[in-house]
Amino acid sequence: MTMNREFLINSILAIALVAVPLIALGMDEPFIITLATKVAIFAMAGVGLNLVLGYGGLVSFGHAAFFGIGGYAAGILASHALNYEPIMESPFLIEGTTQMIVIWIVALIFSALVALVIGVITLRTSGVYFIMITLAFAQMIYYFAISWPAYGGEDGLSIYVRNGFPGINTLDPISFFALCAAMLAIAMVFSAVLIRSRFGLALQGARQNPQRMTAVGIAPFRIRLVAFVISAMITALAGALYADLNRFVSPTMLSWHMSGEIMVFVILGGVGRLFGPLAGAALYIILEHLLGGVWEFWQLPLGVLLLLVVLFARGGLVGVLAGERKHV
Amino acid sequence: MSDAILSLSDVTKQFGSLLASDSVTLDLQPGEIHALIGPNGAGKSTLIKQIAGEIKSDRGDIHFDGQNINEFDAVTRSRMGLARTFQVSSLMPEFSVLQNVMLARQSVSGKVFRFFKPVLGDKSLVDPAMAQLERVGLADRAQMRAADISHGERRQLEMAVALALEPKAFLLDEPMAGMGPEGSKRLTGFLDGLRAQAPILLVEHDMDAVFALADRISVLVYGRIIATGTVDEIRGNDDVKRAYLGEDA
Repeated sequence: MTMNREFLINSILAIALVAVPLIALGMDEPFIITLATKVAIFAMAGVGLNLVLGYGGLVSFGHAAFFGIGGYAAGILASHALNYEPIMESPFLIEGTTQMIVIWIVALIFSALVALVIGVITLRTSGVYFIMITLAFAQMIYYFAISWPAYGGEDGLSIYVRNGFPGINTLDPISFFALCAAMLAIAMVFSAVLIRSRFGLALQGARQNPQRMTAVGIAPFRIRLVAFVISAMITALAGALYADLNRFVSPTMLSWHMSGEIMVFVILGGVGRLFGPLAGAALYIILEHLLGGVWEFWQLPLGVLLLLVVLFARGGLVGVLAGERKHV
Repeated sequence: MSDAILSLSDVTKQFGSLLASDSVTLDLQPGEIHALIGPNGAGKSTLIKQIAGEIKSDRGDIHFDGQNINEFDAVTRSRMGLARTFQVSSLMPEFSVLQNVMLARQSVSGKVFRFFKPVLGDKSLVDPAMAQLERVGLADRAQMRAADISHGERRQLEMAVALALEPKAFLLDEPMAGMGPEGSKRLTGFLDGLRAQAPILLVEHDMDAVFALADRISVLVYGRIIATGTVDEIRGNDDVKRAYLGEDA
C-alpha cells in the first residue's frame, strides 16, 4: 500500500523536523536550531509554490516576488516602528509595528494584491511564456527594490530586534523555531484541505486537461487565478518569517535565484506531494550545510541530483521513497 | 423547424484556402438522433468544435435553446446544456474514474469555489456521479485511475461525463471509435434509449450504428451538406452514393 508508505515517510519527516532542533537544544547547538528554522520557512515557501506548480501545473518562476514582499513587509514595518517614524501622517496616521501578526496581515494583503495583478496577466499565457512572464514580473519588483533608496536599496534593511509575537520570546531560537514550525503545519494542513475540496479537484483537473475542463463548463482561468493568489500569500508569510529569522531583508529575497531555490525545494522533494517541499527544503539545507562547508562548488552535485530527479524520479524524494500514487 | 433545440444556419469556417465548413445549415429536433456522416476530412469534427464553441465561425448563426450563441465561449455553451464527447478520449488521466464524473457534477451544481469540504465525502457529488457510472456500466471501475482503464472503458467514461452534465443536447464525436463490435452494439442500444432524455447530434463512421439509430442523416462532403434525410432517403440518394457510401450502399 503506497498510501500508507507515504504516510509513514511524511510522519518521519514531520518528527525529524521537530526532533532535530530539540536534540540540538539539549546539546546546546543553536546553529542547528537556526538551520531547522530555515528548513521550516523554506518548506513553507515551497508549500505555497507547490499549490500552483504541483497541483495546478503552473510553473511560476516568480515566487521570489511574494517571498520578498513578505520580507519587506516585516522589514519596512519594523524599521518605521524602531525609528519612531510613521509610514504616513496624512490623510491618516499609519505607524510601523514590531508585531508579527500585524506584519503577516500586511504581507498577506500586499502579496494577494500583487499576485492578483500578476496572475490576471500571466495566466493568459501558458508553458514557457508563463515561466518567462512570471520571471519578468519578479525581476521588475527586484529592480524596484534595488533602486528604492528609502528602504536600503541594494544594501537591504536590517531588523535590529526580531519582531514580537504575543506570549513568545521570539529571540529565543527554539521558541522562534516552534513558531515557524507551527506556521508551516498550518500552511500544510490548509493546503491538504484545499486540494481535497471541490476547488482542489478543479485545480488539478485544469492541470491535466484544460480542454476537458472547458467541455464540462468550468473555466480554468478563474480557478488558476485564485490558486495563484493563495499560493502567493503562503509564500509571502514564509518570506516575513525569513526576514525575521535573518533580522535582515534585501533585494536578494526578490531575485530570480530565490525563485529558483523555491522551485528546487518543490521539485527535489516531490511535485504535487504534500510533504514534498519539506523533504526538498530539508535535503537542500543539509546538502548546503554538509557539502558547502567542505566544497565551494557544492551546488554542482545539487545540480546533478536535480537532473536525476527530473529525469528519473518525477515524484522527487517523496515519490522515490513512497512510490507512485494510485490516483490524486 | 422553429422548435429545434439546436439550429445552424449558413455556418462557415475557412482555414487558409481550405473551406472546412461551407454554409452549413442543419438542426436538431427534440427526441431525435441526427447523424452527421461524411468521408474523412469532410469537416465533421470542425463542425462539432464550432457548435461546442471551441472554434469561432467566420459566418453564420448558431441557435441553441432559443438563444443565439455565436458570441458564447465553450464554457458558457456547456453550462447552457450542450454536452460533447471527444473523438479521442479527453479525460483527466490522474483522476479516478469517479473523480472524472464528479468534476462534471461540480460544474452542474454551480459551486466550484468551495475550499474546505472534502470532495470525496460530498454525497451530493458522489451519488449522482456513481449513478451515471452505473448507467454506462463502469461502476466497478470507479476507483481506478482513468489512465489505467481500457480504451473501450474510456469511451464509456466519456459518455458518463457527458451524461453527468444533464445536457439539453448531446454532441457525440465518434463515440464508437476504436470499440470492438460487442462494445459498439452495447453503445448503440444505449444511445437508442438516450434520445428520449436529450437529442443527439451524432458523428459516426460505424454505418451499422448510424442506420440503426438515426432519425435523420446529414451528409457532409468537403464542408458542405450535400443531403439531409431519413435513412432510406440517404440510402437512395445518388449523390451520396457517389460521394461517400460507394459500393457499401
